[in-house]
Amino acid sequence: MRKILVTLLFLLFGTSAYADCNIKSGSINILANDFPALRTFVETSKQCKGSADFKVTHSSEHNKIAVPALTANPSEFSARIAANSSIVPLMNQDLIRPLDDLVKKYGKGIQDSQLITIDGKVMAVAFMANTQHLYYREDVLKDMGIAVPKTYEEVVAASEKIRASGKMKYPYAAAYKAGWNLAEEFVNMFIGHGGEFFKAGSAQPNINNAKGVATLNMLKKLSELSNPDYLTHDSEAIKVEWESGNVALMTLWASRSGTLLDDEGDAKITAATKLTGPATVGGGNIPAATLWWDGFTLAKNRSDADAEATFRALAHAASNKKMVADAADQAVWLVEGFVPGPKSIGVIEAVKMGAKPYPMLPQMGLMHGALGSEIVEFLQGKESAEQALKDVEAAYISKAKEQGFL
Amino acid sequence: MPNKTFFWFFLPTGLAMILFIGLPIISTGIQSFYAQHDQVVKEVKKCDPFGCTVSIVVDNEETTKIRDAKPLGKFNGFGTYTDRNHLAVDEIKKFWNETKSFGAFVDQVTNLPFYKALIFTLTYCLFVTPNVLLLGFIIALSLNAVARKIRGPLIFGTILPMIVTPLVGSLVLFWMIDSQGIIGANIQNLMNDPYLSLKSSKTLTWITIIIYGIWHHSPFAFVVFYAALQTVPQEPIEAAIIDGASRFQRIKHIVLPHIYPVVTFVALISLMDNFRVFEPIIGFSAEGSAQSLSWLIYDNLVNEEVILFGSAAATSMMTIIGIAILLAPVLIRTWKEFKTAR
Repeated sequence: MRKILVTLLFLLFGTSAYADCNIKSGSINILANDFPALRTFVETSKQCKGSADFKVTHSSEHNKIAVPALTANPSEFSARIAANSSIVPLMNQDLIRPLDDLVKKYGKGIQDSQLITIDGKVMAVAFMANTQHLYYREDVLKDMGIAVPKTYEEVVAASEKIRASGKMKYPYAAAYKAGWNLAEEFVNMFIGHGGEFFKAGSAQPNINNAKGVATLNMLKKLSELSNPDYLTHDSEAIKVEWESGNVALMTLWASRSGTLLDDEGDAKITAATKLTGPATVGGGNIPAATLWWDGFTLAKNRSDADAEATFRALAHAASNKKMVADAADQAVWLVEGFVPGPKSIGVIEAVKMGAKPYPMLPQMGLMHGALGSEIVEFLQGKESAEQALKDVEAAYISKAKEQGFL
Repeated sequence: MPNKTFFWFFLPTGLAMILFIGLPIISTGIQSFYAQHDQVVKEVKKCDPFGCTVSIVVDNEETTKIRDAKPLGKFNGFGTYTDRNHLAVDEIKKFWNETKSFGAFVDQVTNLPFYKALIFTLTYCLFVTPNVLLLGFIIALSLNAVARKIRGPLIFGTILPMIVTPLVGSLVLFWMIDSQGIIGANIQNLMNDPYLSLKSSKTLTWITIIIYGIWHHSPFAFVVFYAALQTVPQEPIEAAIIDGASRFQRIKHIVLPHIYPVVTFVALISLMDNFRVFEPIIGFSAEGSAQSLSWLIYDNLVNEEVILFGSAAATSMMTIIGIAILLAPVLIRTWKEFKTAR
């Protein structure tokens, strides 16, 4: 008995000693979005916290908290897990610090491709890639003799067929919740149509054109095939719709595939849930989707000691082969040693098809915000597509003027 | 109370009010006249896992220099107040000149964010306030009439909507009216329309929020009215009964005049509260269909991380002015009565 205990203690001690990066002091406080892959990432970094303080806030409201929290001096958080869109406001306000020295000193396992460099300075370290792509119910499509859709036009046709058969009332789902989510769908579809959000070399909007109208019309067609409450549905809500078997085709984040394909819920639906690349639209050859990276940034308004401790803990996770092997299902990791599994197919297809990254422009957040509220009335059938786009541009221009971009 | 005693009595409260209400309002007012400095941007090379591009970023060194010189920002005067996202003066002039009918003009104006929000806020106030007063009064009268033994539990049950946190209350209703929730699904069955949704139709969303508002605010009116009813003298009522006055006549001629000052008070408070309607919009995820002035402020402050302090400050100031205008008639009347009473 005693022997077993000693062995167990050794094992425990052994593992913790292995994970400990020998951080002696400092305090670590991380702000992150809330989805499984990020929880895994933060947990992994916690293993190596040593004797440093370790706190984390996972919140789907992270976008609203970040700027005020990092503006304070000292900042509430020492690190913020950001993405291509959310790093921009941090850059605009000069709230994050360059990581070159820390990468040199402690970033041994981090690959060069993970480094986000802006103007030659490393501003973030990416660890996973993400995109929105199609999910489909293999059983339903097979029963109806429908091929897996490759374009949004095919998605519409397939959904109409499923609805006509009486099998499902609302066969399509996507996160169309008014605000950020809806705007994101517009961004995807507009890029799929080959649109550019701003006139070349300026912050003047450029969406009130044929491509913008085509984008809106496609969104409307899809919304009509969705649950009538679509304007209140975010990623979590459509995931629930899918798991209750109400939906046969869906556009959703790759990072959510893990929760769809886990053991919870109806085994039949889970078994029939298949992933495929993002769809194209309007005869375009690039997908109507944007590529995203998630990475960590360090707050500027925080002591160097805290930054160092935080970097070491997070770098431990961002170069952790064991984590990417254990959690291969949760995300498309950009970390060395990741072997893509069937659940990464969406992102890999998107990259192969030449999907564009989400535009990392200082004024893009204002455009995204204007889109989220001004295109709702078009989807409700209260206003024409041209009027909606005119409203978006006007709302954007007012905000951009106040913010000094125009 | 002698004026001197009153002064010392009021001083702590007065100081706290100046410190925590007065000064912030003044600071908000000053903020609303400023906009951000012109952004200095530069072209740089950006590399991420998907490749490198040449793109623009804000030049932080230059920006810091400008910001240190003028920390408040660029003076904008009433620029923020008159821009399209607020009073939209230029746009309205343009619509007036361009539109052919008055209906088309109104359509155009109500499509502007500020007026859209103002109309919802006013509609909400106009429907909720009178209904809250009426419902609160009826409940108070009915409860005043039931046997004393069961009054306690009944009163507790009646004020429950006020005890429940607004967000939780609205979320519960939000789930009930989901197209698969108990109310939503039944309405679909009743109307025989599988595409009917309380959440996607603007009118139905407005009605839902207004009903929620009445449900949530009535207990407040009830509690105050119920307390006031306890002070109604019994003698005149007994005299009226002997004179053969009906129940309705008694209420109209004795009870109502007696509790009239309390009615004014409740009306004032409700109007103020309702003008700042906010929680139900978040609880019902109704941003798409219903926006209030308070929601606009919230949106400016959290919109995509880009914080529009000037816009939020301008909307705040206009909300304060709006409340002042709404309350003016009631306040003037109270003042006049106060004068005559002297």
